[in-house]
Amino acid sequence: MPVSFKEANIDAPESPDSAQTVTIETRLYLPQQTPAPAIMLAHGFGGSLRSVHTQAEEYARRGFVVLTWSARGFGRSTGQIALNSLDREVRDAQKLVDFLGTRDEVQKDGGGDPRVGVTGASYGGALSLLLAGVDKRVDTLVPVITYNDLAQSLLPNSAMATPRSDATPAATAFGEDGVFKRSWAGIFFSAGMTSIDLSSPTGEAPEMGQTEANQPATQQQPGGNSGAAGQPPTPSLGACGRFTPEVCTAYTEVATTGRASQKTLELLRKSSPVAVADQIKQPTMLVQGEQDTLFGLDQSDATARQIAAAGGKVKTVWYAGGHDGGNPGTALRGEIGDWMAFHLQGKGTDPGTGFEYTVQGAFRSSGQPSLRTVQAPAYPGLSGSPTERKTLKLSGREQVAVNPAGGNPAAISNLPGLGSALSRSSAISSRLSIDLPGQAAVFTSDALDSQVLLTGSSTVRLRVARGDQTSGEAILFAKLYDVSADGTRVLPGSAVAPFRVALPPDGSAAEVTVTLPPAVRPVESEHKLALVVSTTDQAFANAEQPAAYRISLASDEISVPVVPGRNVTTGFPTSALWGIAIALLVLIGAGIVAMFRRRLAHDSDPDLADVPLVISGLTKSYPGGLTAVKDLSFRVEHGQVLGLLGPNGAGKTTTLRMVMGLIHPSEGHIRVFGHKVTPGAPVLSRIGSFVEGSGFLPHLSGAANLRLYWAATGRPLEEAHVEEALEIAGLGDAVHRRVRTYSQGMRQRLAIAQAMLGLPDLLILDEPTNGLDPPQIHQMREVLRRYAAAGRTVLVSSHLLAEVEQTCSHVVVMHKGQLVAAGEVADIAAGGGEATFRVDSPSKAADVLRGLEGVHDVHEDEDAVHASMNGVPRAAALSALVAAGVAVDQAGPRRRLEDAFLELVGE
Amino acid sequence: MNEHDVHTDPGAITELTDAAAHQHTKVAPDGSAIGYKARKTLRIRVELQRQIRRRRTQLVLGFLVLLPFILALSFEIGQSDPNRRSGGFVDLATASGINFVVLTLFVSGSFLLPMIVALFFGDTIASEASWSSLKYLLAAPIPRHRLLRQKAISSGILSFFALALLPAVALGVGVVWYGAGEVVSPTGEAAPFADGVLGMALAVCYIAINLFWVAGLAMFLSVSTDAPLGAVGGTVLVSILSQILDQIQPLEDLRNYLPTHYAMAWVDLLSTDIDWSEMARGTFSALVYGGVFTLLAARQFKTKDITS
Repeated sequence: MPVSFKEANIDAPESPDSAQTVTIETRLYLPQQTPAPAIMLAHGFGGSLRSVHTQAEEYARRGFVVLTWSARGFGRSTGQIALNSLDREVRDAQKLVDFLGTRDEVQKDGGGDPRVGVTGASYGGALSLLLAGVDKRVDTLVPVITYNDLAQSLLPNSAMATPRSDATPAATAFGEDGVFKRSWAGIFFSAGMTSIDLSSPTGEAPEMGQTEANQPATQQQPGGNSGAAGQPPTPSLGACGRFTPEVCTAYTEVATTGRASQKTLELLRKSSPVAVADQIKQPTMLVQGEQDTLFGLDQSDATARQIAAAGGKVKTVWYAGGHDGGNPGTALRGEIGDWMAFHLQGKGTDPGTGFEYTVQGAFRSSGQPSLRTVQAPAYPGLSGSPTERKTLKLSGREQVAVNPAGGNPAAISNLPGLGSALSRSSAISSRLSIDLPGQAAVFTSDALDSQVLLTGSSTVRLRVARGDQTSGEAILFAKLYDVSADGTRVLPGSAVAPFRVALPPDGSAAEVTVTLPPAVRPVESEHKLALVVSTTDQAFANAEQPAAYRISLASDEISVPVVPGRNVTTGFPTSALWGIAIALLVLIGAGIVAMFRRRLAHDSDPDLADVPLVISGLTKSYPGGLTAVKDLSFRVEHGQVLGLLGPNGAGKTTTLRMVMGLIHPSEGHIRVFGHKVTPGAPVLSRIGSFVEGSGFLPHLSGAANLRLYWAATGRPLEEAHVEEALEIAGLGDAVHRRVRTYSQGMRQRLAIAQAMLGLPDLLILDEPTNGLDPPQIHQMREVLRRYAAAGRTVLVSSHLLAEVEQTCSHVVVMHKGQLVAAGEVADIAAGGGEATFRVDSPSKAADVLRGLEGVHDVHEDEDAVHASMNGVPRAAALSALVAAGVAVDQAGPRRRLEDAFLELVGE
Repeated sequence: MNEHDVHTDPGAITELTDAAAHQHTKVAPDGSAIGYKARKTLRIRVELQRQIRRRRTQLVLGFLVLLPFILALSFEIGQSDPNRRSGGFVDLATASGINFVVLTLFVSGSFLLPMIVALFFGDTIASEASWSSLKYLLAAPIPRHRLLRQKAISSGILSFFALALLPAVALGVGVVWYGAGEVVSPTGEAAPFADGVLGMALAVCYIAINLFWVAGLAMFLSVSTDAPLGAVGGTVLVSILSQILDQIQPLEDLRNYLPTHYAMAWVDLLSTDIDWSEMARGTFSALVYGGVFTLLAARQFKTKDITS
């Protein structure tokens, strides 16, 4: 949802006493609810109010009135750039505070005193410091990646004859008469000429917990952030562009000579926060980038010291970005918002006055380094104890380094302006650092035996002497590499410490303390630190005269600052722990409920305790209408061998599976020895079963299968009679082969043996003779009969009549899931003394039989005659038939079962 | 008649029937044969024997032993390339033995480990169904809830053993190849070797907990199908789908609900100030998903008709 804003042009005097005015374009973003505290959001060098539009909307959504404006000389504001001059840009900003004081949307601390915080990056950050220094109506400020002293940023000198006593981690020498930071200064200056901003960082810095995959893509305009998007670049206004003549002259002087006059230095200092830092009493959060060769960590360090010395409250944040590494990311912008919310609205927890820094790990899983944020209770050295320092030994002989004429070719440490594109590519940035042979002295430490987390500026003492007569002063560049065990060098932050040192004419050595560029770098164990002092650097104005210097260590120690702290964690995961506890309770509860349900399910009928199997009203129908078993009822009595006879698909197997508790009946129930059968009912332990094929672990032998099966039942081994069962299977030495090598018949025999393990009271076998050859079938019948005779009960299913007739004492005939007939095999098969004669002439034979005394119920078939013999021997009837001239083909008992069965099968 | 013939000796029948005639089954009040106790069925030891003797189990464990050697070897080859960039896997892995373990877990965490868990849990019941041995176990009878539980515990033991075996071997290989130096975390923190070992032990525990959802899902599919491949493959597919969705940025916070979202949270253990929040959320997420799938599996198995 876009945030609405109002545009207004505000006139301000060109200079304090001038009648001329400049017009400042402004935008006022309004939150949902007003009045609300205001945030003044200043843009970076080369930008305009348009370049902070997104950020302004973000703050407005958090409930702040946000005022953005284009500084004079930028965007559509008129006037000339005076580099944040106290009399010009800072006065303009005060005008804007006046403006906020008149708005009803803005919450007030008093008449004309709005509740307001100021923030901004780089040029805008410096403005926030300057404004807070001169205008007490500002309630809080968050300067981001900005300078403390523009003179020291553009003309740094990192060496001093006597070491500084500052106790902060990133304090650098800030010596006079520095070395001109040529590349950056040029980019900075050209941004004011063309309104095309190469100096502001592009993209966002990586943040903790981010991977490359989820980093928001940044739209990058060609040529950096165009300050006046949609507008043509400012037409050329001559060599000075939109700069004031004073600034232009000063730049020209430095750029051409490489040195700054006192006047220039004063101009730069007057435009720098250092001028007013001791006036800042408002709570200040200093955000500085670890990837910043323009305004390094030393700049915010100096600001922090100056504000703290004057009694102000400071919190310091170092993030993994900067002019070389990107703008603050979502999390850090959120933290800035939190700071504003606490100090302007009183909302949230106190962000405190601590110190946070981001450590980039060496590991890049997808091109993006892994980050963590470390918190220390205070920025060391501001008050209380100074920064902890570790001392490491450096070694190296005196070396001679040569400065080439014209300072060219030069060593390369960084490429200003390419910014974050470069630092994100580890492959490029690690290769970027080039020291030219002969131009550098190298001193190396021993391999570290434990990790050192370098946090700030290390210091070394160096001796520099003339190498020949021509060299009167030396411009040198010191850098500290992290060298891994295999020799890969990394220059943390790509930063170098330039220094200028006057050399005694007598050839003796000048001794200086050099503060190395502040950086955050975990130097792993086994790694070494390498101090390189080179004569040239691409990014700086090098000495033009050819010269040679003798460089050696004045002391063999390097002092490395470390700031111990705790990793930022997201706090105690209370809600997740509650969630875990509740989830566990629910699972345990479900288990207990299921256990009680099982306990209550037991059901037995003591009257039937001696009846092996009672099936009553059993029905199984499947969803979709198929009914496999319908209202089936029968009993199996002790000692019977009962055959369950029916054609394929009659429901025999389904019935047996229900008896085994494998299939849930739809209706009716099954009782085994009086106990109702449910899945896993204990009474099933008295049943041995073989239903629809064998089931063995193919990777185990037959014997192992039987043993493990019995072990799985948990019953004592001595009850199993494994040996007897294996003898019945009669597999010979094949029992020790894997089951997957068995034939169908062998598996079948083994499965039947498995069913007999434990000598079950009820043995259920489904089509046991399938796949067996005739002698084996014969043996099987023998086994079953004798097993039943030994006081057990056997239930066999088959689709073969002969099978049942020869094996079973009793039979149940099923068809289409229903019971057709049940009874003794002999009863059903022999049909109560009826006889059948197959004859050539049934009608004639019927007459003969009717004539015999006692014979009745004679009826004819197509080729046979059936009669109830009533005690008359079949032989007598036979001779009568033969005597009457009837040709008898066959005479025997009438086979009703077969008739019935054939009728069914024939359908 | 010789030893190789398949033949039942008539004497054997006599032996069996004699035994049957002399042994009268005593019956307990619940109707079971004396000697049968539901709580003694399918003891863990027995189920482990059934599983460990499978070629599948042996191959998986063998591969896990082999993997660290393959990785170490590939780094040996990879390291000889002078143009490789720094800060990659190689640098992280070769800093110390523990770092090698970290890398091994890192590369196997997204696919291999879930697959192994899916294999042990998904295959356990579906393969019994495919061998037709499930019906005999259930008719023994092993109560269904007990069969499911014992199989789950056994698969859990095997999975945990596999999860611990990989880093253990990697630790051995790593110490021999890269020494027992300081462990360096991806965020550049260093910790003593002993802390690293402890961290890895905790990491294995976290991974085991986090993969509970895989176990639950595999179990559910295992009781729902008779095809072991369907159960294992289905679980792995869901895991891959979840990882793909986790990379779709527009889903934003919805991705927190993906079961694989917190799979790599154990990396936090390498820090000196351990951030437990991601791991706590990962544990919660795994418990909820795993619990739901486990309950579904138990319900499905309880009401299922066994027709295999």
